[in-house]
Amino acid sequence: MSQTDSITDYDYSVAKGFAISTLIWGAVGMSVGLIIALELVFPQLNADLPWLSFNRLRPLHTNAVIFGFTLAGVFASWYYVSQRVLKVRMVLPGVGMFHLILFNLIIVLAAVTLLMGHTQSKEYHELSWWVDILVVVMWLSWGVHIFAMLGARKEKTLYVSIWYYVACFIAVSMLFLINGLAIPTWFVTQTGNWWHSVSMFAGTNDAQVQWWFGHNAVAFVLTVPIIAMSYYFIPKQANQPVYSYRLSLWSFWGLMFVYLWAGPHHMMYSTIPDWVQTLGMVFSLVLIIPSWGSMVNLLLTMSGKWEQLKTDPIAKFLVIGSTFYGFATLEGPIQAIKSVNAIAHFTDWIIGHVHNGTLGWVAFTIIGALYHMVPRMWNTKLYSERLAENQFWIQTLGIVFYFSSMWIAGITQGAMWRTTDQFGSLAYSFLDTVNAMAPYWALRAVGGTLFLAGFFMFFYNIIRTIKGAEAFQLQTGSRPAADSGSLN
Amino acid sequence: MFEFIERHSLLLGLCIFITITIGGVVEVIPSFTENSRPIEGLRPYSALEMAGRQIYIRESCNACHSQLIRPFKSETDRYGSYSLSGEYAYDRPFLWGSRRTGPDLHRIGNYRTTDWHEAHFVNARNVSPGSVMPNFPWFFEDNVDFGTVHAEIITVKKLFGVPYDQGDNPKSGSLEEIKEMAFIEAEAIVKDMKTKAIKEAYDRGEVRDIVAMIAYLNRMK
Repeated sequence: MSQTDSITDYDYSVAKGFAISTLIWGAVGMSVGLIIALELVFPQLNADLPWLSFNRLRPLHTNAVIFGFTLAGVFASWYYVSQRVLKVRMVLPGVGMFHLILFNLIIVLAAVTLLMGHTQSKEYHELSWWVDILVVVMWLSWGVHIFAMLGARKEKTLYVSIWYYVACFIAVSMLFLINGLAIPTWFVTQTGNWWHSVSMFAGTNDAQVQWWFGHNAVAFVLTVPIIAMSYYFIPKQANQPVYSYRLSLWSFWGLMFVYLWAGPHHMMYSTIPDWVQTLGMVFSLVLIIPSWGSMVNLLLTMSGKWEQLKTDPIAKFLVIGSTFYGFATLEGPIQAIKSVNAIAHFTDWIIGHVHNGTLGWVAFTIIGALYHMVPRMWNTKLYSERLAENQFWIQTLGIVFYFSSMWIAGITQGAMWRTTDQFGSLAYSFLDTVNAMAPYWALRAVGGTLFLAGFFMFFYNIIRTIKGAEAFQLQTGSRPAADSGSLN
Repeated sequence: MFEFIERHSLLLGLCIFITITIGGVVEVIPSFTENSRPIEGLRPYSALEMAGRQIYIRESCNACHSQLIRPFKSETDRYGSYSLSGEYAYDRPFLWGSRRTGPDLHRIGNYRTTDWHEAHFVNARNVSPGSVMPNFPWFFEDNVDFGTVHAEIITVKKLFGVPYDQGDNPKSGSLEEIKEMAFIEAEAIVKDMKTKAIKEAYDRGEVRDIVAMIAYLNRMK
């Protein structure tokens, strides 16, 4: 781990901005998630309004939480962690500020355009071609900052977190550019909507490219940079080094190689070639090894410090986050087995699996990381550990409600779709299987409500922490934070 | 070896890039040409159908409906014969979906009719008690955007060689010609509909979104 004592004048201006963005986009994205969960229980909530309908809000939910909330958390951690492990004050603060502003502009544009129905329809790549271009510029500005920091670093050896940040940058660049290839039709005929485009790929090929992207967007946005965060914040919070350097090394290269092969598990029994489906299944199963390598390594970093979990809510978030990573990376490969997938695909079990990962692993790790970073960035102490403790239990309960209801709902519906009567005819109409979902969808909304309530407790706790900074500094006589950031 | 990589950031980046590229190259590229072949007799989307497809995309119907019938008896019994790769050759983008909150639609044209769709889009619970689908009243108010339809038809014909104007296939043409063809095509659907406002609009020369949407759904067989 880096010794932070030698450098005291870190520049947290951009990290602070991204931390605030994380709170805002998390609140927005999760609120939309709850709305659409409720719309399945009470369809009248769609209210006959285009921009309030499930169909338009669903992509807004996924974009706001994956790209708004998660990436803001990742970027906040980058601008915080990179200075510390590379042992150099932030270089190119202008690029960082540009990155922050453009990022937030893009998320606002994403929300507006998606509500208007501007979409390319590819999952997690819905945004119009011109917003895609802004995304590329934003992403490259982060890349410039990464490599500028690496060039300026005082610590020659790159800490494991840095490998993961670099991998996130490179992989998402490649995936996004190729999957986004499209022709804006206005430039061909000068008629129609200027934001409309057609994909460069058609049909089965389009599906293969999309799920090569879609699966690995999960890998390189929702997994790889979150591992980067865990590798920094868990050892910091436990105040002892990572359990095994060698294990982190093999897990990293294993994950890099294997992840990109697993995409076909999104297209089992589809029209893609059979050998591709089989290969995708096998690699999905192999993926357990590097995933669990990281998970075990992160959890064993707590060795001898397990007592800390009793009293430290931040450690709880981080450690349970990594535990959920273990759950999700076992559940995913199971669903990728072709015979399991035959039942699981197209059902809520997949939705449950995704939320296992995003709520349990991604959100908990980001929440733990922000709880760790914010008091240090604003030179203060956490407003209320008790509130964080309560938040932890409420959100954990919410996740349990969420995945257990979705697990039952998915398997129930998947089984009902294929149930036959004594004559071999289908036993249930499609509508029967929808009506059977009602109690589980209601339970899921309860789970979502609990998780969102916890998120607002987090929001409040962080804001009070920031607001209390001045009083804390006066009281303790400590100097003000290194920069007098405008967000203070 | 690893220690050397960890001390050279550009080399680290390069090694990562090479490692992550292999999977995609092996899985996506070999069958690319084969996957792009259309099934025999596949007809490109007519102007009205394409307008419907653009609305389908605008409304993210694929968030809840699949267009992919898997080769299981339980699926072919419910939805019809399983989907073939060549059927999707003109689908840019593909619309397989990933969650069946509602049923598969790949062969919906075989077993639902224009007036059923009409009632269903007004309020799905009219015909499917317990359905959770939103109502789409704006389909009955907005007119089709033929400018974008024209742009897409010309783009896919010119750039991707989609065989418009060949044999019995739909024609491409100027914006005015496209509008005219779509207008003629819409007649049969409007005739089967019950909403008076749609018929009146049609008589004034306007084609509402709902007409295009139904044309698209009726085509899916």
